[in-house]
Amino acid sequence: MSQSTSQPVPPPAATAPRLQLRGISKVYPTVVANDQVDLSVQPGEIRAILGENGAGKSTLMKIIYGVTHQSAGHIYWEGEEVRVENPAHARSLGIGMVFQHFSLFETLTVVENVALALPGNPALDELAQRITEVSERYGLPVDPRRHIHALSVGERQRVEIIRCLLQNPRLLIMDEPTSVLTPQAVRKLFETLRQLAAEGCSILYISHKLDEIQALCHTATVLRGGKVTGECIPAQETPASMARLMIGKDLPHCEHGAARTDGDVRLRLAGLSHASDDPFGTDLKDIHLDVRAGEIVGIAGVSGNGQQELLRAISGEDVLAERFPVQICGVEAGRLSPGQRRKLGLCFVPEERLGRGAVPGMSLADNALLTAAHSQGLLAGGFLRFERARDFAQRCIEAFNVKCGGPGAAAKSLSGGNLQKFIVGREILQAPGLLVCAQPTWGVDVGAATFIRQSLIDLRDRGCAVLVISEELDELFEICDRIAVIAKGRLSPTRPASETTVEDIGVWMSGMWPGADSSELPTNRAESLHA
Amino acid sequence: MDASLFTSMLFATVVAGTPLIIVALGLLVSEKAGVLNLGAEGMMAMGAVAAFAVTHHSGSPWLGVLAGMGAGMVIALIFGMLTLTLMANQVASGLALAIFGVGLAAFVGKPYEAVALQAVPPIRIPFIADLPLIGEALYNQQALVYFSWALFWGLLWFLYRSRAGLVLRAVGESPASAHAIGYPVIRIRYLAVLFGGAMAGIGGAFLSVFYTPMWAEGMVAGRGWIALALVVFATWRPLRVMIGAYLFGGVMITQLFIQGSGLQIDFPSQLLSSLPYWATIVVLVAISRNANTIRLNSPVSLGKPYRPDA
Repeated sequence: MSQSTSQPVPPPAATAPRLQLRGISKVYPTVVANDQVDLSVQPGEIRAILGENGAGKSTLMKIIYGVTHQSAGHIYWEGEEVRVENPAHARSLGIGMVFQHFSLFETLTVVENVALALPGNPALDELAQRITEVSERYGLPVDPRRHIHALSVGERQRVEIIRCLLQNPRLLIMDEPTSVLTPQAVRKLFETLRQLAAEGCSILYISHKLDEIQALCHTATVLRGGKVTGECIPAQETPASMARLMIGKDLPHCEHGAARTDGDVRLRLAGLSHASDDPFGTDLKDIHLDVRAGEIVGIAGVSGNGQQELLRAISGEDVLAERFPVQICGVEAGRLSPGQRRKLGLCFVPEERLGRGAVPGMSLADNALLTAAHSQGLLAGGFLRFERARDFAQRCIEAFNVKCGGPGAAAKSLSGGNLQKFIVGREILQAPGLLVCAQPTWGVDVGAATFIRQSLIDLRDRGCAVLVISEELDELFEICDRIAVIAKGRLSPTRPASETTVEDIGVWMSGMWPGADSSELPTNRAESLHA
Repeated sequence: MDASLFTSMLFATVVAGTPLIIVALGLLVSEKAGVLNLGAEGMMAMGAVAAFAVTHHSGSPWLGVLAGMGAGMVIALIFGMLTLTLMANQVASGLALAIFGVGLAAFVGKPYEAVALQAVPPIRIPFIADLPLIGEALYNQQALVYFSWALFWGLLWFLYRSRAGLVLRAVGESPASAHAIGYPVIRIRYLAVLFGGAMAGIGGAFLSVFYTPMWAEGMVAGRGWIALALVVFATWRPLRVMIGAYLFGGVMITQLFIQGSGLQIDFPSQLLSSLPYWATIVVLVAISRNANTIRLNSPVSLGKPYRPDA
């Protein structure tokens, strides 16, 4: 991968560990999340915590950060035993954490969110200045005065990272920070992290992305099923050998045959323009795209460039003024509701799992009813057929190996990766004519991500048209037949994936594709190019 | 309209709006922390009777206001223990306490029903009270009227300029996130609920000690409910609460004036009496219908219990 060009520097000489865990266990009523975990990290060391979803990485980090407490074991901070009472205590010790599931307040502005996590009472104007400085220095552009709810997932993550960096931590915990960043931004972040480590900050880097760990981390601790299954120096390993430690077997990979090119057009965007309701949103400008049966088309782009608006216009969440700009399976659908579009054969995986993809408090069976009621015949004369809904949910669970308490389990009780598998499964099993999928593998571990990707490819081979919107370029290159880029609400022409490279697409992501209207170049172009 | 009539109607409007402002701003604080306390009517009734009794026995209206505040806080504390410690449903607990407070106040207040208090003289602010038209109406008022203005400005500063206010809004928005970055969610919610109770108690004290001044069963007359509605229809914004409260007061006074003036109008008096209620709601809904403002200002976790993980 692109960012793995520079080799990590060797870890510094051993001194008193900044943090040491001995025999940490965490037992929940139904599950042992951590079992006798030993871990230590030196000043200036970047240590990877590697493991699949549910391996106990996040629980371990929550114990270190004081969000929850260990059932047994000892924590030593700079040589002294401590009990981290709560996150405020952790921060006062010098521990900062970037959460995987954001702990941001949607109705507050960026600067207010940052202020909440800082000690004392910083003046907001001054703080906004500091945020701008840090965001420029580390290549994490974000406007401090914007409200969180108007930001995309990628932008929210930048806010989390900036909030952490402003606290000058001595130990930084990063829980899968790169899942929605562009390759350039990842490279920039890694430079930042190396710089921090060189200044003596210790970093615990949680990830399941092996190439990132090889590029960044000095050492790695591998967890499986709550136990440490190995320690290694990533630079001396191969991705395959680390994957074996992590999942206990060899890494599966996707089978990707050539696409059909003669399929009928299932999705046509014919000059789609749509002004966003959100004052901070992106207006869509004259978008043209065809997606044919039997192919996967990917749309790359830095989050916040119109992806949300495009998805809403296609799914029907935003109804357009005219019918023709969105054509689904040959029907002009611009003025149809989401339900009507689903009846035309559209299935849809939104970016947000909880809230858009699933109703958190409802069971998986009820969530299955919400999108599959029509296609799976779960309704009879206006009445719900609960048995069939349960059966359908059970099929999704089995087909996609969703770890959960059965069809009756509440959506919010599932881990992020498992819920994502359920939602993707629910849509794929409806055998759609057109599947639109946003961030299909966000937060999903390697094995499951490969499985989801393979499912999308299989769906394509069965004659479905698939549109994938993702910020993970590797993913797009792995599964897509054609790739386009969205920047500032405009869509580039598509290119066959085999005829382009990650670097080319990276340049396109700043809005500079051949034939692009140069007067409309995005303002952050310089940053992206120099990133 | 002649000048003295305008002045006296403005005076009466301000007086009628004041208890609503005090109570509604208190409720706004608890709701911004995510706690919906429907017990406002009960807290006001208890505040009114406690203030009246203490003023009657001690002779000091200020001790009375303190007692009213204390009584409101006691009811709020019961509410807090039920909903924040025992995780009871906020709507049901609030309704129960509204009924309980009104009933208990009627019981406690029985001996005071025939008692009258001395009217508390207004406080005249030198010079500006001499302004034509508005001076007498705005600056020769009861101390609690000035208090309501101070409360308004103080609250604006607190909510939008102070760190504590930021924390309060954060707790109401996402208690789980606030807990994750280390704020004591339950303690903050207790404080917000107690503040709401204190203000409701003072609002009740204003009614029984300054406004009428007497005690009668049922004298709160639904003002607690109006205050609750004001907060929602004002989309949790202090300035709109203030506008709504004075609008309500103004329409109330105007319709009373029309009914008492002997003007021969062909309009049912019952409809006229309902005018303040629906006029206030219509106006506030009209000025607050922007979906984006509602999204930005309404506390997301309102009414939802939160229990931090161990």
